[in-house]
Amino acid sequence: MITAERKPIDEIIEYIRPFQKILLVGCNECVTVCSAGGRKEVGILSSMLQMAFLKQGKSLQMLEHTLERQCDPEYVEELVSMIDGVDAVVSMACGCGVQEVARRYRNKPVFPAVNTKFMGASERQGVWAERCAGCGDCLLGITAGICPIARCSKQLMNGPCGGSTNGKCEISPEVDCAWALIWERLKALNLTERYEEIIPAKDWRNGRGAGPRKIVREDLAE
Amino acid sequence: MTTQEPFEPVIIAFCCHYCAYTAADMAGTRRLCYPANVSIIRVPCSGKVDALHILKAFEKGADGVYVAGCLDGDCHFKNGNHRASRRVAYVQKLLNDIGIGSERLAMFKMSAGMGERFAEVAKEFTETIRALGPTPIRSLHRDAA
Repeated sequence: MITAERKPIDEIIEYIRPFQKILLVGCNECVTVCSAGGRKEVGILSSMLQMAFLKQGKSLQMLEHTLERQCDPEYVEELVSMIDGVDAVVSMACGCGVQEVARRYRNKPVFPAVNTKFMGASERQGVWAERCAGCGDCLLGITAGICPIARCSKQLMNGPCGGSTNGKCEISPEVDCAWALIWERLKALNLTERYEEIIPAKDWRNGRGAGPRKIVREDLAE
Repeated sequence: MTTQEPFEPVIIAFCCHYCAYTAADMAGTRRLCYPANVSIIRVPCSGKVDALHILKAFEKGADGVYVAGCLDGDCHFKNGNHRASRRVAYVQKLLNDIGIGSERLAMFKMSAGMGERFAEVAKEFTETIRALGPTPIRSLHRDAA
């Protein structure tokens, strides 16, 4: 999922200070799962903002709505009936959702309420960790299902660097060395000979190296 | 305080059915006095109390809120009281962020047999909130409306 964290409340307050009526829009997808921008978080932020402004002597009118998915135009269309009655929109979705709302409603200022972080997985309740960097050319088939692009601090392709110590990365004793994990898993799978194969230099144009990317499915695209 | 009337705080107590709520009952049965400022909301477990419930209480004008759950290790649902404690700590940070103040929110733990403790907590917390004065939200709600 795409993970996110709520922005500091002061930053959000500054965004909406000039406005009176605010539409606060959540998303039922990734940001709900990582407890950053779902229906509940919309309620919490709405309550916090109203109290913060009341304390400054200003009564804010908050409209709350959570879309099924904020990165799809079909769902963003739902806001049509509410948008004219508000001065600005605050989105609790990832950057994709914020931009989709901004694209659809050109004459309304749209502000992000979360910082979009990374594509990650849930390690345990309340803990999410980066797992995929969206490099566009997945290596997991030859790295024992552990990604050296997302999980090695240096994105090394052929084994650990000199900073790997007792299975941990030199950036922090809290961070696993991805290549130590890969080696241990290759051993467990009896596939250690894979480690001998040199992985050639990666074509980063599949990633962000060639600018913004797009997928066009000819059979589906209209 | 600018008004002449003494300040009577509005306090919301989220009480677990299995401990604090029964303790409140016991306090009543034993004719123990505790301040009428405390309004009790019975919940099936303190772990049921969400950040949103607490914030809404403040938004609607509460001057103080507390969550009362079972003693450590005694939760009817295993660890609801532990979760509630962590949630209260989280909401305390949110309250600090918006300038309401974390000291207006507290977590207490007691058993169903601790009627005296319930009355004591109600008295102490009411006095703490009375000393802090009214939350700015209650009066501003009225002014801004």
